[in-house]
Formats: sequence, C-alpha cells, structure tokens
Amino acid sequence: MKIAFQLNGQACEHEVSGMTRLLDLLREECLATGAKEGCGEGECGACTVMIDDRAVCACLVPAIQVAGAEVTTVEGLASTEGLHAIQQAFIDHGAAQCGICTPGFLLMAASMCASSEPVEAGDVREALAGNLCRCTGYQKIVEAVVEVVVNDKA
Amino acid sequence: MTKPEGSYASVGVHTAYDLEQALDFRAQYPEARVLAGGTDLMVEMDLGHIPQSVLNIWPIGELRGIRERPDGLWIGALTTHRELVESLLAEAWAPALIESCRTVGAVQIQNRGTLGGNIANASPAGDTLPVLLALDADVEVASAARGVRSVPMEYLYRGYRAMNIEPDELIIGVRLPEPHSADQTHYRKVGTRLAQAISKVVFGGRVRIVDGVVVESRVAFGSVAATPIRCRGVEEALLGRAVDPQVARLVADDIAPIDDIRSTSGYRGRVAENILRSWLTSLLPAQEEDV
Repeated sequence: MKIAFQLNGQACEHEVSGMTRLLDLLREECLATGAKEGCGEGECGACTVMIDDRAVCACLVPAIQVAGAEVTTVEGLASTEGLHAIQQAFIDHGAAQCGICTPGFLLMAASMCASSEPVEAGDVREALAGNLCRCTGYQKIVEAVVEVVVNDKA
Repeated sequence: MTKPEGSYASVGVHTAYDLEQALDFRAQYPEARVLAGGTDLMVEMDLGHIPQSVLNIWPIGELRGIRERPDGLWIGALTTHRELVESLLAEAWAPALIESCRTVGAVQIQNRGTLGGNIANASPAGDTLPVLLALDADVEVASAARGVRSVPMEYLYRGYRAMNIEPDELIIGVRLPEPHSADQTHYRKVGTRLAQAISKVVFGGRVRIVDGVVVESRVAFGSVAATPIRCRGVEEALLGRAVDPQVARLVADDIAPIDDIRSTSGYRGRVAENILRSWLTSLLPAQEEDV
C-alpha cells in the first residue's frame, strides 16, 4: 500500500507492506535514524516521535496509520533559524550523556511545547515517565524540560 | 534490531474509512484482528504472535469523540486515553475514569491507545475496566446484519479474555449514565511503579449515600480474577446502612486472585482488602473519624 505523509515538513510517499512498523519505515526507508529502538514494546521511549504534534512510540505504530499525518523526528526539530529551544536547553543543562535516549526525550518535550495544555513543574516527571535514561539520573533532563516547557511557556 | 521483514510485512491489512465499511469487512473477514491504536496488538506481535490479517479501523472519524446525549455521555471507541484525560466534559462526568486513563502506560501510550481497545483487549488487568463496571457503563457494539446493540459492562466478559460479542460485531462506543449528585467514585491502581506498570490490583468503586445510608454500591476489581469483576457480596453488605469499612474483610469471598509474573495470590488479596478499607474509611463523616 502506498502512503503519503509529511515527514519533518516535507511531503513524502512510501510503499508500505502489511504491519511494517513506523520505526522501521523511518529508519530504513526515510533514513531518519534519530528514532532509536530500545525495547520494541513501548516501555522505554527511545523511539518517541511526534504524529500531528503528539508523542508516540514509533515501535508501536503501524506505518499505514500515518497516511495523511505529519510526522516529526529529531531531524526535524532544528530549523534554519537554529536549534529548537529544547535542544539548546539540553546542551545548557548537560542533559545528555550517551545519547541513545536523547531524541526520544527531545520529542516528548517538544510535544509538550506544542500542546496547549498548561504544564506545571510537578507534571514534568509524570510526562517524562515513558522515557528511560540509564546515564543521567534524570535530574538534568527534568531541569532542561522545566526551563523550556514550564518557564518559557509561562 | 529490525524486525524480520517477512512476518510483519506479510500481514494482510483491510483498512476501513467509515463505520459501514468496517462492519462489512467485519462480516467478510471475522478472523481479522481489529487494529485501533495498536498499543496492545503491536506488543503481541513483538512477542511473536503475528496475525494473518488485521482490520485497521484507525481512520474512522465517526468513532472518535466525547458527546453528551439524552441517554448519557457517549465516548467513541477510538477516543484515546489522552483525549479523555484532556476532556473537561469527561472529567465532569466521570473523574474516576479520567484517573484510570491517566495511569494507562505513559503519555506515548495514552496518545495512541483507545478506550474501545482497552475494552476489546479484555485483559483482566485493563486499567479502565473496573471503573467502567463501577459506573454501570454500557458498551455499544454494531454489526452490518443486526445494527447496534448495548451490552452492559458487567455482562461483557464471559471468561478469560473472552467477550459476549459476535465475530461480526465491532465495539463502537461506551455510554455512561448520568452521575447522581450523591454518588462518590474512586479509582486506585497498585503496580510496580506509577507509569508503564501493568496493575497487580486495580479498583473502581462507587457508592450513593443518602441521609447517611448507602443506597447503591459498586465495588469492582481487576487483576484478581479471570476477568474484571464486581464483588457482589461486598456490594450487598454495604447496602442499607452507614458506610462500614469492616465490610472490606468480605472481599476475599468475591475474588479469585492467582500467582503470576506480576504478583502473588496472597498479596493481591491483601491489597484488594486494604484498598477497599482505605476508600470506605475515607467516606466516613469527619467527626466519626476523629473519635
């Protein structure tokens, strides 16, 4: 089945077979390798991307279901004007170490920026609960996200 | 790490774009697994259970949304848990249901998993199911041959992962009756951690207290029997008098917990009783609590 969707602001078309996962379509066909496979069952958040500004696990989305949708991966966060605010905040706070989980955290945080739902500092840990990091101990990630999603948005 | 192409790619997919088409497909291909948001089906597939074919209902707009109707609040089967969490209307009608949606997986899962999917997955541990039981929800199912019918939530499950739904039928929505002003509801989930964990015990309760007397009671648990269940003995013992937390002791007679990968029978029985006692205690008038 041929599907058309927007990937990082660009229109694209791909032939998709059966229940091929969005994660595999992105990594193998679109060469958007920023989305990582960790657990493959929606527990770790390393494959988090946005579909129509909502964070989802690309390992659990059949690729056929993004027909007509707008998909954003970490490759699409920065623009010609520079880094996305959350990317800059991760640098400023030293919120990345080995980097495997980083794209997923960035997309989760970017979806919070895109949402009209108000976010309080206390909500941030709950919102990030679906993203696992084995290096940082989370504190710096939480600080970076609070700066952008809570403080800047307020 | 890429999945073996053959298995995933070989699944036959029927995509329905409206309800009529979905019901035709359902009659034509009753063996096809229904695919909503995919958060359960894709995990099953990751574990190696690859269906031959699926019926993809995700594009059907008429199965989305939360609407007030004369007979109650209608929630479309494809409404996601996150859409429920964000809905002020749903919060006003059924705060306990919203609480349960908030504990499904993490935000990424809530953005994709649907209320209809949580019901149809028919897990004894489904987070929303005890609350739907406690709220006397009706599940609306439809077929091309026989149209729409309502199945009360308490008659929906007939055994472990088995529903009283015909192979040509599709869950299209849930109806919640209007809440009574004297109703108090409660949701509680006990799992390994707050996010992502599948419940060890999950609870939904509702009591109607008029002039200090319980006139209606619903006590429902998940993860303590082959299906989500109502505890009839406890419900009856609560009726006709002031709230009595000691009734919680009776819960052992109504449940049949087992040992499994997530917990033990003994722990589940103890936690079920404690959850119930703690909720009932919270319902006592303040002055009695102080004594």
